[in-house]
Amino acid sequence: MTAAAPKIESDIPIPHELQNNIFITSVDKIYNWTRRNSIWPMVFGLACCAIEMICAAASRYDFARFGMEVFRASPRQADLMIVSGTVTKKMVPTIVRLYNQMPEPRYVMAMGACASGGGPFKEGYNVVDGIDKFIPVDIYVPGCPPTPQALIHGLIALQQKIDNQSILTAPWYPFSKAQDDTVGLVPVPILGPDLVDVRQLDIIRTEADKAEVEA
Amino acid sequence: MSDLTAEMEQTTTYDNPVDEALAKLKALYPDDVSEDSRPGYSGLLVTPDKLVEVATTLRDELGFNYLSSVTGVDLIEENKLEAVYHIYSIDKGGSAVVLHAQADRDNPIIPSLVPVWPGADFQEREAYDLMGIQFDGHPDLRRILMWDGFHGHPLRKDWREPFYEEDVKPFGSRWPGGAVHRSEELNPYGKNVQYPAGWVPTGEEYEVETEMYEGVTITREATPGLKTEKVTVNMGPQHPSTHGVFRMVITLDGETILALKPVMGYLHRNHEKIGERNTFIQNIPYTDRLDYLSSMSNNHGYVLAVEKLMGLTVSERAEWIRILMAELTRLCNHFWALGFLLNDLGALQTPMLYLYIERELILDFFEAAAGSRMMCNYMRFGGVAYDLPDEVRGQPTMQFLHELIHERLPRVVTEFDDLVTNNEIVKVRSVGVGYLSKEDAIAYSAAGPLLRASGVKYDVRKAEPYSFYSHLDFDAAVRYNGDIYDRYLIRLDEIWQSLKILRQVLPYLQETQGMSVSGEKPQYSLRSPNAGEAYGRVENPKGELGYYLTAKRRSGNPERYHVRAPSFINLTPMERMSVGCKIADVVAILGSIDIVLGEVDR
Repeated sequence: MTAAAPKIESDIPIPHELQNNIFITSVDKIYNWTRRNSIWPMVFGLACCAIEMICAAASRYDFARFGMEVFRASPRQADLMIVSGTVTKKMVPTIVRLYNQMPEPRYVMAMGACASGGGPFKEGYNVVDGIDKFIPVDIYVPGCPPTPQALIHGLIALQQKIDNQSILTAPWYPFSKAQDDTVGLVPVPILGPDLVDVRQLDIIRTEADKAEVEA
Repeated sequence: MSDLTAEMEQTTTYDNPVDEALAKLKALYPDDVSEDSRPGYSGLLVTPDKLVEVATTLRDELGFNYLSSVTGVDLIEENKLEAVYHIYSIDKGGSAVVLHAQADRDNPIIPSLVPVWPGADFQEREAYDLMGIQFDGHPDLRRILMWDGFHGHPLRKDWREPFYEEDVKPFGSRWPGGAVHRSEELNPYGKNVQYPAGWVPTGEEYEVETEMYEGVTITREATPGLKTEKVTVNMGPQHPSTHGVFRMVITLDGETILALKPVMGYLHRNHEKIGERNTFIQNIPYTDRLDYLSSMSNNHGYVLAVEKLMGLTVSERAEWIRILMAELTRLCNHFWALGFLLNDLGALQTPMLYLYIERELILDFFEAAAGSRMMCNYMRFGGVAYDLPDEVRGQPTMQFLHELIHERLPRVVTEFDDLVTNNEIVKVRSVGVGYLSKEDAIAYSAAGPLLRASGVKYDVRKAEPYSFYSHLDFDAAVRYNGDIYDRYLIRLDEIWQSLKILRQVLPYLQETQGMSVSGEKPQYSLRSPNAGEAYGRVENPKGELGYYLTAKRRSGNPERYHVRAPSFINLTPMERMSVGCKIADVVAILGSIDIVLGEVDR
């Protein structure tokens, strides 16, 4: 190195031989740099989009180049849930449970038209019109199905999102609050006569009362 | 031999076996069987009381031994529900004997055909689930696609979904002048749900799951002196080896399987309900999403059914293009299936990745021809949407296809064959595992490679040739051992047969260049159909894919639209194949059936 290394203004004595080997960066930078390059998605294929997801991971598109090849079958080891396909009412309790089992920091990608908003099947009686009605979504990738290139673009957008996060403001890392396991958990919907979102019980009761008054 | 033939010629005065069977049935059951006189209908009306007897006669005496499709139709104007059966003859080939059994809509009881054909099991459960037909004598009549406790039977004509707008498309509200809105905005919950009037949750809804497990647990007398506990294992719907959101509830004794119940419906996206609201042509892109690995062949089956209904002819070039696309799709699908089967056998990913390279080449061709890699939406009534492209991957199309079919793919498949087929581990894991006998394969309505690997030489392309398949020289591949290894081999055989077909198709494509790819009058492909029913079936890579359509005269939408999905019905013998095997084999057995959840659940 020809240029003089920046002097470290510190009381900590640094041995001479290490002086050129020390880099200074922010905690955020190093924290995000490690996270962005090792996003482990969950093996979680729902429908047609899963095929393109597999293709994106396979020989031709190979998103291992971006550090995302380690598909984990267990939500406990995964960082990213790619909701790849039509979410049905019968499936959504499982998806919410899996989401709750993922450790923070966790990300959700709605891949394709169905996961984003119901897609061509939106009018169906067993279809959830978008997974964002139940769990928070970070990235939406449009397409039916999105090509592998589009999926990789979505993953790069997720990397950019990670770059802009800070450990100080990240919701999963509360400095001030005591650790509470229930933070960020979504109540699991019930399968009744139709899908019941537990957060909407009040509206269901109001509607039932209304129906009674009408009758 | 010659005496026998002479004798048959004397006694048989019918054009085909179907007419003969129909006439014999009418003679045998004059009071209970009658010609279906509705315009455009071809089968028989059977009184429900005699249905089992008629079916047994068909199977045992008339040789119609293969129940292909069972479905229900809601005849709301006559206040009736109808069950429709399509029954084929494995030996004689040809078209189906169609039986219609009608029951009162308020009390729809029709006897179950499971005692005659166990293959009716899941299909009757589906008709019960979606239509509400009570199949009397069914051993396990539970909902199959929706969950227990769901309100109503959604395929009935008077059942309305939460986002209901109008009975049929095009919806007035989506038309200029209509108020445009989002369905969520009109729903008090802001999402796709509705509840029966006055219903509030009680908390008992959670118990549905427990009942499911109880239905599976087997009480068995323990072996004397040795006590083992039975364990119920739930596999799926989120499991890396179930090929999608499929679930199996397995009862185990140690590692050995005692019982296995498939649970499905996790991808039930209401294909049929949406299809009955759609116009005929609007359904083509939906068929892409059935078996999403072979969208081209799905299109093919659907357009065949509609062409029957409309009485359309297909242009010559379009027929050759259709065969080209269908066979390339078969290659794509079998590459995928073989890759995943080996994955399931423990050859993690490597064979799969090698085969994907070839699949990508074919997908590039599809993209150039249809505009999309997977969801091709390529075929139209009377033809195909576009002619072949000029260039694929920078090469002239015919040159690209020639290289692919004559050189590249044979080389790759030979190499794959050399590396994998005689591999010791593959053989140890698959020879003799997941056995399905010939008789069972027929009785359980298995189709496609699953049926043919059990020694039944039945291929729709041969049995009831459609398109130009009768002009082509190829064999229906058949293997006789009925185990996983034979199902692996038969897919390789079919790849070779497909390549053989493709080699014959290329000169015809060259010859017909410049000819029209749509029917005589393209506008006819949008015209309204004749009244009646139609059943179009093709040999899809996964088995016989059938579309059952009924329509009213001049109606733009199908009255009933049903898909006979091979993946779904091929799961019926799953328990039969798995009982007695080890739990690790289940994954391989499932891989050897080759299911796609979009088609299982529709």
